[in-house]
Amino acid sequence: MNKVIYFDNNATTRVSPEVKEAMDLFLTELYGNPSSIHQFGGQVKKYLDEARAKVASLLGCSPEEIIFTSCGTESDSTAIYSALGAYPEKKHIVTTSVEHPAIYNLGRYLEKQGYKVTYLKVDEDGQLDLDELEAAITPQTAIVSIMWANNETGVVLPVEKAAEITHSKGVLFHTDAVQAAGKIPINLKATQIDLLSISGHKIHAPKGVGVLYVRQGTKFVPFLRGGHQENGRRAGTENVHGIIGLGKASELALANLDKEQSYVGQLRDKLEKGLLARIPNLKINGARAQRLPNTLSVSFEFVEGESILLLLSDYGICASTGSACSSGSLEPSHVLQAMKIPFTFAHGTIRFSFSIYNTEEEVDYVLEVLPGVIKKLRDISPFSPANSAR
Amino acid sequence: MWDYTDKVMEHFKNPKNVGEIENPDAVGEVGSIVCGDVLKLTLKINPADQTIEDAKFKTFGCASAIASSSVLTEIIKGKTIEEAARITNKEIADYLGGLPEQKMHCSVMGMEALQAAIENYYTKKGIKVFPGEQEKIICKCFNVSEKTIWKAIELNGLKTVEQVTDYTKAGGNCGQCKGEIEKILNDYWASHSQKSYYELTTVEKIKLIERVLEEEINPKLREDGGWLELIDLDGKTVKVRFLGACSTCQLASQTFKEVVEKALRAKGAPDLEIVLA
Repeated sequence: MNKVIYFDNNATTRVSPEVKEAMDLFLTELYGNPSSIHQFGGQVKKYLDEARAKVASLLGCSPEEIIFTSCGTESDSTAIYSALGAYPEKKHIVTTSVEHPAIYNLGRYLEKQGYKVTYLKVDEDGQLDLDELEAAITPQTAIVSIMWANNETGVVLPVEKAAEITHSKGVLFHTDAVQAAGKIPINLKATQIDLLSISGHKIHAPKGVGVLYVRQGTKFVPFLRGGHQENGRRAGTENVHGIIGLGKASELALANLDKEQSYVGQLRDKLEKGLLARIPNLKINGARAQRLPNTLSVSFEFVEGESILLLLSDYGICASTGSACSSGSLEPSHVLQAMKIPFTFAHGTIRFSFSIYNTEEEVDYVLEVLPGVIKKLRDISPFSPANSAR
Repeated sequence: MWDYTDKVMEHFKNPKNVGEIENPDAVGEVGSIVCGDVLKLTLKINPADQTIEDAKFKTFGCASAIASSSVLTEIIKGKTIEEAARITNKEIADYLGGLPEQKMHCSVMGMEALQAAIENYYTKKGIKVFPGEQEKIICKCFNVSEKTIWKAIELNGLKTVEQVTDYTKAGGNCGQCKGEIEKILNDYWASHSQKSYYELTTVEKIKLIERVLEEEINPKLREDGGWLELIDLDGKTVKVRFLGACSTCQLASQTFKEVVEKALRAKGAPDLEIVLA
């Protein structure tokens, strides 16, 4: 394998060396079960509590409000099912048309189970209309779930205001903050958010660990039942090393928040400006909305995403597309469709997502290579306009 | 990540015959940018012997769409129109060393572009190829006709709606036409129902008998720890033997003959005689 230029950090991130180091002890010597009575196992609990406190600092909440789970999807499912279980008479859910599949497809499934689900529309920049949210909430609504930041475009949704509106109607509010955590400041104490999901592997912790924040006093019904772990709110032996890793990663993420805004944001902006200057007929998605500093979604007209990715892959450049072409899903992603990206552009959508481990040289390399890739594919494409052949 | 063959990647990265022939003798364009792939094929045809002297393509689509287009032009160059008309999507996929099931529609797109080009060639010459035939569109999202679906089923022996989607894209978006696709599948397989027992080859006959034993007879016998095995087929005589617990069970051998003969009759194999080996 050649050198890898990893611009796919919204898919997953590398584990920080510090995180790996912090976990090591729990994969070797301290392998005990924190639920054990003996001191050897029991001592591990202390470390779990430390990790819990670090995650709470990142999110601006109390450690008791943190439940460790196995991933963002589990946190999302737990939140929704908890609300439906706590208010069994309420059969309505409000969410958005741009959610991650963890919520979006759960909504689709629940519709088949007899629930009513409202998917709030977004405008061309991927932004919500809060009046539509207010109108959508009814006495039947069990929960409102709105993602903090979109995984494909990086567009930041006004969840704090949405939570206020939702609370004013006496309804629970959940947010999938998997992409937002560690990239923009989160201070849950200052918000009215009841439930929030994050995932470890998006912030340089390993895969297989996530968090559900549950505001103190919120009615909660467990998703996994069994042992008494996590205060009886999530059964199953703790993923100790994963949790320790997430604790360390949260500490680093909090320390690096400024760097995320300045350094990572500058890399993104450099790539964005560079592409706009070098390649005609492209569109930056969500350009006029507030976006995460690390995400760039760009659509190249008249070419197809998979082809772009495979050619980039030859140069060791990793990115992703919002228009995977397979017979089951030939359409551009539901997010791009909800934003009404024109079809000539939508199929050629590429997402570059950065982390603090990326460098300016890597951005320069993409700027050097990508114009040639797009030109090559446009030369093959029957739609290429003459004026874009360069 | 798709599991593409080296051949697919080779034709994707270095496609052959990219471009458009000036003043082409035939043009075939299929797909739409809304659906995510488009192939425009242009041909130069020798009027004297009807051979395809040159073929060029332009494709908007994924790697397998580009690779399928590229090999299509390679396959058809030098062939006569008549030879080209017989090329199937399977040949395109085989030439590439196979395509992932969900990408088979790319090979179908290649075949369709070729057929559209041939139709265009004949039409230009004033010959109607498919006289009076009205194309009935089944999948409105991807504009897939009944003829295309029928042909894909026929050429590739498709059995399920998902397979039809993989090969033609029909039903891959809103899914509203899935019921109609299922009906086409049923119609196709009803009209291509199995041959009668006497039309089968010896191997096919043996397979049929073994299938009847495995599906109808042995599941029950296995409950008691035994099973029935086919030893030989000699004309109308089927030789079998009991194995496992059945080999010592008297009760089994008394009633089995009638039961097995009845099961075979139900599967279209009349007047066979079962004997114990």
